Amino acid sequence: MIEVESLSKSFKVAKRSAGIGSAVKSLFNPQYSVVNALEDISFQIDEGEIVGYIGPNGAGKSTTIKIISGVLVPDSGKCKILGNTPWENRIKHVKNIGVVFGQRSQLWWDLPVIDSFNLLRDIYRVPEGEYRKTLNLLISILDISSLLTTPVRQLSLGQRMRCEIAASLLHNPKILFLDEPTIGLDAVSKIAVRNFIKTINQERKLTVILTTHDMNDIEALAERIILIGKGQILLDGTLTDLKKRFASHKIVKVDFTENTKSINIEGVKILNRSKESMALSVDLDVIKVSDAIGFLAKDLDILDVSVHSRPVEEIIVDLYKVYQI
Amino acid sequence: MRAYYSLFKMRVLKGLQYRTAAIAGVCTQFFWGIMYIMIFEAFYKSSTTPQPITYNQLVQVIWLQQSFLVLFMLWYRDSELFNQITNGDIAYELCRPSDLYGLWYAKLIGQRLSGAILRCFPIILIAAFLPKPYRFSLPADGISFILFLITITLALLLIVAISMLIYISTFYTMSPTGSLLMIAVAGEFFSGLIIPVPLMPSILRKIVYLLPFRYTSDLPFRLYAGNIGLKEGLLSIGVQLVWILILVWLGRFLMKRAFKKIVVQGG
Amino acid sequence: MKLYLRYVSVLLKSQMQYRTSFILVTVGQFFIPFFMFISVLLLFQRFSTIAGWTLYEVALCYAVINISSSLSECFARGFDTFSMLIVRGEFDRILVRPRTTLLQIFGTKFEFSRIGRLSQGFIALIFSLMYLDVSWDLYRVLTLLLMILSGTFIFTGLYILGATLCFWTVEGLEVVNILTDGGRNFAQYPLSIYQEWVKKFFTYVIPFASVNYLPLQYLLNKANGNLLAHMLAPILGILFIIPCILIWNFGVKHYKSTGS
Repeated sequence: MIEVESLSKSFKVAKRSAGIGSAVKSLFNPQYSVVNALEDISFQIDEGEIVGYIGPNGAGKSTTIKIISGVLVPDSGKCKILGNTPWENRIKHVKNIGVVFGQRSQLWWDLPVIDSFNLLRDIYRVPEGEYRKTLNLLISILDISSLLTTPVRQLSLGQRMRCEIAASLLHNPKILFLDEPTIGLDAVSKIAVRNFIKTINQERKLTVILTTHDMNDIEALAERIILIGKGQILLDGTLTDLKKRFASHKIVKVDFTENTKSINIEGVKILNRSKESMALSVDLDVIKVSDAIGFLAKDLDILDVSVHSRPVEEIIVDLYKVYQI
Repeated sequence: MRAYYSLFKMRVLKGLQYRTAAIAGVCTQFFWGIMYIMIFEAFYKSSTTPQPITYNQLVQVIWLQQSFLVLFMLWYRDSELFNQITNGDIAYELCRPSDLYGLWYAKLIGQRLSGAILRCFPIILIAAFLPKPYRFSLPADGISFILFLITITLALLLIVAISMLIYISTFYTMSPTGSLLMIAVAGEFFSGLIIPVPLMPSILRKIVYLLPFRYTSDLPFRLYAGNIGLKEGLLSIGVQLVWILILVWLGRFLMKRAFKKIVVQGG
Repeated sequence: MKLYLRYVSVLLKSQMQYRTSFILVTVGQFFIPFFMFISVLLLFQRFSTIAGWTLYEVALCYAVINISSSLSECFARGFDTFSMLIVRGEFDRILVRPRTTLLQIFGTKFEFSRIGRLSQGFIALIFSLMYLDVSWDLYRVLTLLLMILSGTFIFTGLYILGATLCFWTVEGLEVVNILTDGGRNFAQYPLSIYQEWVKKFFTYVIPFASVNYLPLQYLLNKANGNLLAHMLAPILGILFIIPCILIWNFGVKHYKSTGS
């Protein structure tokens, strides 16, 4: 459905420094430096997938989104989305996609939401019957029927984001790009937005590409993540893959009847211990969790065991460290 | 004083950063100068009767108007101040121990000066090398030049006093566009920027002489061009001083009243 | 076209949210050029003619240029404020929609307050028509309409050119005013009063001559030779928009390759 092959893109950036002398100098001899925003990016996305596209600021996320939504032309590389090359058949291509820029609005600030919707209907030439159907569906899932007649400037951020998402789906796109859709939202609105994305993905087989800094978004939504740093793809796989590869330890917490016997198992490190409980870090390369628990059971009268993975957030931070991005 | 100096330096630096803007400004003003001169050239050629200002003097006046435009334009505005007033941030300023009128006054002078410095010299320089009928030449004589320097300094103080009134009016109207537009258009006309004062019919000229506007961009330039004699020049300096005193007093008075109003509103 | 009307109605609704400010700006828009017109009157009182043109003839020229420039400001204001769109990154939004960029930008702004300026132009027109000694026939009326239309196209073209500049830089856009405001002020007087190089510039580069000189001569019985050519000269002004659109498209292409 989306095929991207070795995309590259670089920008020329003018250098500027402080001081009157250098200001005059740059007047006559401007200096530029070249920034490689993307280097040889390739991936494929199938219909109905939700893909989390993550990476630190400046990694090339928004450049990629801009290229595959037809805003930017890459220096080299191929991209086919539903048979169209975004930068060649822009108008044909953009009919298939919906875009939400989390920090910008496509709604008319001073007017009721429904006016913006009707304008979008005309921009995308959506037939009236189809428009009604889509609108009703969106209104009911997003619960925005009471907001439609309110001017946008009076909406809260969470209400506005729901309307923004509805606005980008009015023309029934096959693919939805979400650029930081939950930025600045409160917990309730975040969950509402996530639930909606899940629902619409299942009901319509909508393909969703999502950039975010909020790992909870990823955990709640994306089966697959693409990690990008310094313009290159560092990892492309499922969230479980990621955890497997970068979470080589599990945390095991054990409750037991009072016991002070010392524990010594290879690959197991005691993080903390009291008379009746302890927390252990299990190195999965050395020993399986079940085996470790087996050894423990020999020495202790275990009351309760729980196994925890490390939070994704931490894994990502580690990843950034590993790749030095 | 140090604070004002560093504020001023920051502004010039900022101006240099926006080099393209400065160059564009110079080009634009230069172009307007040429255009006005050509229109007047055509008018002067169509008539043989002598006019109250010679064509050559008029050329000097036009070039000076264009070079110092930033200094004397009423619509040259500081949106930061306007925003402070309309969105109520002004409340913070009121908590500070400084004299707000004086502070704004200094800020506006710095702003106009830095804008003008970047633009006036290139325009004057290029205009000085134009072929004869368009050329910008040296002042009529030494005394005119001294008078020009004195009056243009006072003119700057005067124009800022006038524009302060526009800012203060925002306290009352809460919408900068309306009052700014009206005063700017009228002021531009009465200061001879659209049609030179000497070319106005005599009744209109009498009105213009009663208003403060011509003492900003008409008086100094015509002194430079030698269109106004020594005696009238000295007298006009007195008038400038009187206007500055009146307008600054009026501004302070209105500002105080406006603040009282804000306090009463409890806002 | 239907979409454009939809844009206009949305914009009207949106501007009506701020009625007082709208009225004030409209009135101001009336007075700014009104002072310009007064100054033209005053200059004629002193000099009586300019290079062989009388006040009423110049007033006609003035009226045509002002009407067409305010019309184009109404429609093409979106291009005038295009730098804002670029700075705020909203042009990306326009690119992800399945309509041409030009149409969408025409739709971003519609400056209703220019009605003030427009009515000022009509007052000048009525003033000149009252005193001009010209017998108005169908051809002349058509030519007059064609002149206004042509002027509107030229100004719109200039706005598009100015906006195209934003793809390279958003600084120093003031310079565009040389073409738009400067063009308007220059063209308020018949071109023949100017120096040779100005005439050439406004004939061959920006075809204002096809609005305020050639057809004007025909209207005022000053034309020699082929009258039809004088009458139809405004069409050249309308064609001016074609290269402007091509340059715009080139600009969009540049934007898409640099993203700046």
